Amino acid sequence: MTAMTPVPYRVTERREETRDTATLVLRPCGAPIPPVRPGQFTMMYAFGVGEAPISVSRTGTVMEQTVRDVGAVSRALAGSAPGRMIGLRGPYGAGWGVEDAVGRDLVFAGGGIGLAPLRPALLYALRRRASYGAITVLIGARTPADLVYRAELDEWRERGARVEVTVDHADDGWRGHVGLITSLVNLVCADPPNATAFVCGPEIMMRFTAEALEAKGLTDVRISLERNMRCGVGWCGHCQLGLRLVCRDGPVVPYRDVASELRVKER
Amino acid sequence: MGERTTAVPRSALAAHAFARGLPEDQVDRLAEVARYVQVPAGHRLFEEGRSADRFWLIQAGRVTLDLHIPGRGPVIVETLGRGTVLGWSWLFPPYAWRFGALAAEPVRAIALDARAVRVMCAEDPALGYELTRRFAAVMLDRLQNTRMRLLDLYGAPWGRDG
Ligand SMILES: Cc1cc2nc3c(=O)[nH]c(=O)nc-3n(C[C@H](O)[C@H](O)[C@H](O)COP(=O)(O)OP(=O)(O)OC[C@H]3O[C@@H](n4cnc5c(N)ncnc54)[C@H](O)[C@@H]3O)c2cc1C
Ligand code: FES
Repeated sequence: MTAMTPVPYRVTERREETRDTATLVLRPCGAPIPPVRPGQFTMMYAFGVGEAPISVSRTGTVMEQTVRDVGAVSRALAGSAPGRMIGLRGPYGAGWGVEDAVGRDLVFAGGGIGLAPLRPALLYALRRRASYGAITVLIGARTPADLVYRAELDEWRERGARVEVTVDHADDGWRGHVGLITSLVNLVCADPPNATAFVCGPEIMMRFTAEALEAKGLTDVRISLERNMRCGVGWCGHCQLGLRLVCRDGPVVPYRDVASELRVKER
Repeated sequence: MGERTTAVPRSALAAHAFARGLPEDQVDRLAEVARYVQVPAGHRLFEEGRSADRFWLIQAGRVTLDLHIPGRGPVIVETLGRGTVLGWSWLFPPYAWRFGALAAEPVRAIALDARAVRVMCAEDPALGYELTRRFAAVMLDRLQNTRMRLLDLYGAPWGRDG
């Protein structure tokens, strides 16, 4: 088998997160793909439909990936019922590097489905809770119905994370925070020079959040870039951003290194 | 249980993000009409349509701004936390609140008597200019945040051609 051949996995469970997003629990049919670091992604193959880069949302031999239905491939993946086979290539890309942030305060800021790649990094830190300082999780979603991993938030709190959630638009029953995710940044009680922030979500959300965190004095802010991909391994050039190939040199990069490129207007 | 209030030392007022950098004489004048307030969770700070006679510099806790929608009850439009300013309807006629405000958590804040501040601003254009400038910055920030929320940020494409 070559690095480009998908490894077969079986969907053993499918959890509906929101109206258009599902988490798939995946068990290898034979030998698994190599171990995944938090923040890495795989090329997920829906047989007969096509491939898409999808972050790993829980690492391990039995792992999880959370997919939002936005087109043909993601629809086929997100709709995969238990028992269905899918193919995985990877893992690819640079991870968050949470392993190297021992002793520091951690801030995770996830917008919408951007929480998916952050989740394994958060779980990694919670498993080694004593090795880190304050852990803060800031979550933004359009409405309460668009929140992913809702059932897990209390468990994260019990395991030692401060979890703050905000929505852009409240529904009738919502009593939580309403406002942009940047309005949660003021609540971060981290010791700024000793804090590392991991930010993931739509590009505009990452820009505003990273800038709000920097304005608070954080200097180590990492984001996960978003570009369309084909090969996932640095061959095709499809995912280029400036001089970088996002699949190979990213997706996680220091915000400072790409801030000016992200501000450039797209053609 | 309602609010508890006490006098505010000028240093506390000057330390709030909104007042940071104000000249000392202006802080002194504002401190004369400021009171510390402690508001229990669930207490309503003001009701939509009522006279806007105060504003608050929030030091701790959270306040939700809401609007009563017939048949739906109060719907939260925004949450304000520490370091922010609550209330600007006192600045412009008809000096009536456009939204309601409820303490979502126990709140500690500095409350200023808006009528007295209006008189001070009329008498002292330098103070009037400085406060108007600061409120304009707060409004601009809230307007931009509201526009961003209208954009449906989280529906934006993830993957994109490079
Ligand atoms: C490194 C990386 C990690 C990713 N991780 C995840 C993940 O964990 N979960 C996940 O669901 N997605 C993730 N994505 C995005 C995912 O790869 C795309 O949503 C997917 O490739 C879309 O393919 P498609 O064939 O379903 O839709 P396409 O047919 O390619 O697109 C259909 C339409 O949807 C738009 N579109 C594409 N992506 C999105 C989107 N995410 N949201 C809204 N509109 C979109 C397109 O512009 C197009 O108009 C990741 C992308 C990258 C680069
Ligand atoms: S996807 Fe082919 S080079 Fe990155």
